[in-house]
Amino acid sequence: MLQTVEGFTRNATGAMADAGLQKALARAKPQFAKKRSAAAAGLPEFEALREVAKNIKNHAIAHLDYYLETYAAAVEASGGHVHWCATAEDARQAVLKICQDAGAKTVTKGKSMVTEEIHLNDYLEANGVQPVETDLGEYILQLRQEPPSHIIGPAFHLNREDWEDTFRKVHTDLPADRIFRERRDILTEARTKLRQKFLTADVGITGANFLIAETGSSVIVTNEGNGDLTQTLPRVHVVVTGIEKVVPTIEDTLALLRVLARSATGQDMSVYTTFSTGGRRVGDPDGPEEYHVVLLDNGRSGMVGTDFQDMLRCIRCAACMNHCPVYGAVGGHAYGSTYPGPMGAVLTPMLVGVEAAGQLPNASTFCGKCESVCPVKIPLPNLMRHWREREFERHLTPPAMRYGLAIWAFFAKRPALYRLGTRAAALGLSWLGRKSGAFARLPLAGGWTKGRDFPAPSGDTFFALYAAQQRAKGP
Amino acid sequence: MTQAAIIGAIQRGLKRGPLPADQKAMLAGRMAAHPRHVIPARGQLDRAGRVALFAGYVEREFGTVDHLATLAEVPGAITRYLASQNLAPALVASPHPALQSIPFGETPMLSVRFGTASPLDPVSLTHAFAGIAETGTLMLPSGPTRPTSNNLLPDNALVVLRADDIVGCYEDAFDRLRAAGPMPRNVMLVTGPSRSADIEQTLELGAHGPRRLHVLIIDGEG
Repeated sequence: MLQTVEGFTRNATGAMADAGLQKALARAKPQFAKKRSAAAAGLPEFEALREVAKNIKNHAIAHLDYYLETYAAAVEASGGHVHWCATAEDARQAVLKICQDAGAKTVTKGKSMVTEEIHLNDYLEANGVQPVETDLGEYILQLRQEPPSHIIGPAFHLNREDWEDTFRKVHTDLPADRIFRERRDILTEARTKLRQKFLTADVGITGANFLIAETGSSVIVTNEGNGDLTQTLPRVHVVVTGIEKVVPTIEDTLALLRVLARSATGQDMSVYTTFSTGGRRVGDPDGPEEYHVVLLDNGRSGMVGTDFQDMLRCIRCAACMNHCPVYGAVGGHAYGSTYPGPMGAVLTPMLVGVEAAGQLPNASTFCGKCESVCPVKIPLPNLMRHWREREFERHLTPPAMRYGLAIWAFFAKRPALYRLGTRAAALGLSWLGRKSGAFARLPLAGGWTKGRDFPAPSGDTFFALYAAQQRAKGP
Repeated sequence: MTQAAIIGAIQRGLKRGPLPADQKAMLAGRMAAHPRHVIPARGQLDRAGRVALFAGYVEREFGTVDHLATLAEVPGAITRYLASQNLAPALVASPHPALQSIPFGETPMLSVRFGTASPLDPVSLTHAFAGIAETGTLMLPSGPTRPTSNNLLPDNALVVLRADDIVGCYEDAFDRLRAAGPMPRNVMLVTGPSRSADIEQTLELGAHGPRRLHVLIIDGEG
């Protein structure tokens, strides 16, 4: 079932009750955090490199016009073609045209979030070109007609039994009673199926982690090698990516690579980090004859010079969602957007409007963990706060919340009254809950007690205790 | 024109017009100088230290390493390796002069074909341009003597790497690549064999690329 961004609250409630998803979340979440922290601890320069990474991206964005034009010129000079696209529709059309010109019936695809953002697969399929996802996770999601639930582990929400069921249902040419003894058997079946696709595809589509202005190169990182097969075997290679991916030099890219994999999977380096520059050269025994870059804006240029410019630094490592308590409770599908988690909560209102996506920046405890692990130090909680302010200014928040805040503000501006009120509430609740120490139900707090008990205060307020302590100490 | 519209929108956001010539020259100068950033200290070792660090990281990333004195030892080492893995003694080798100089004729049981790998080749032998000690990473650029397919299609990738070509950091390897000519069409940095953790976050080797990566480090000349 396709979940929408407007339905976040409902989606989240459903996600909490989804046993399979909760099993997957419980398995994945501690691993992501543990691996990242081990990789960061293993490199003494890691914190210094985060600052370097932030500065490189800031420099690139402050001169984005120059570096984009330099990059495009370098691509053309190496025999490639650049297609500038303002909107998702422009990008879809550009890719389709390249496929049609190549007479393509099937295209293989490496993992690319930008092609998810522009919903490329449905469009190609509707126009007679069959896309085949080749990243293992993306492959099963395509078979199941599901969107990815994570930007680097797209199918982490599935359990082994889901993989087996889907493969049995779809790979009907194989014996129905075959046994999957271990995970390796699932992988081998996918590898065999996809090998045939790699060899027959006319066009290969990949994303890009970085674009290098100096050389006109696109860089992808993968662990499976599917991206490399995608950009090596077909006659035409198409890179679909966003304008914010450009950095000046190879050295800038290398500094960013040092924080990317460590923040993402906790590897020191992904297995394959590949720089592609133009099409096949004279004397080259293999590689694509044509090399195209579809450069997508889709709202990105509009972030330059705004509160949200910092978001353009994002290198899509997923550390923010891997450490987010909200993402950890509901997974990625509940967000109903291409990009989930904290980075998605900032980016999605930009892409689809705060009217539709206003709930996402509200789905945060503001614990700050995302910012503390971000390899390019994006102040994600602050950016979510900006969205909340805009939502409030535009009267998009529900009336009950606005009245509630008005009442709170009345007391907050009158400290004596505030302390009296909170003290009365704390002492009263403490007395009422003195037996069990918690409330299963509480007026005005139904939203809280529906999912868990509300703990009874243990006595007086902090202010009162502090004042008493100071008095006891004497002057 | 879409390009002009996008560039114009960026410049409006940056609250300026096109960059003045002096600033453009400054940015062009930065690109020409391509300054390095913070380089991890761990790879900054002498030759023996780099070789040991490189080999250690290859093994940590589930690759294997063999240390040989000269290229002449390669056929014997490969024959032993393939037998140990229960693989047939046959391979496709990249048409690189160093590999072509190997005396394969003296090991007739090992069948060697020079050229580009097909999907039917189970074993490939390639020649690395450099090794990077920092993370146990191989640099494999494309070119007439280095088909990219050979790095990817066979299930078992054997790579010859001269110890002299093992450098401390990625930047050192790219300096050498820049010195060798224009940027090749494809430059692969390979760290260990192909893998996926897409099924239940559990690592499995051999996703779409090679399942085994075996590096033959040639210590001496030849």
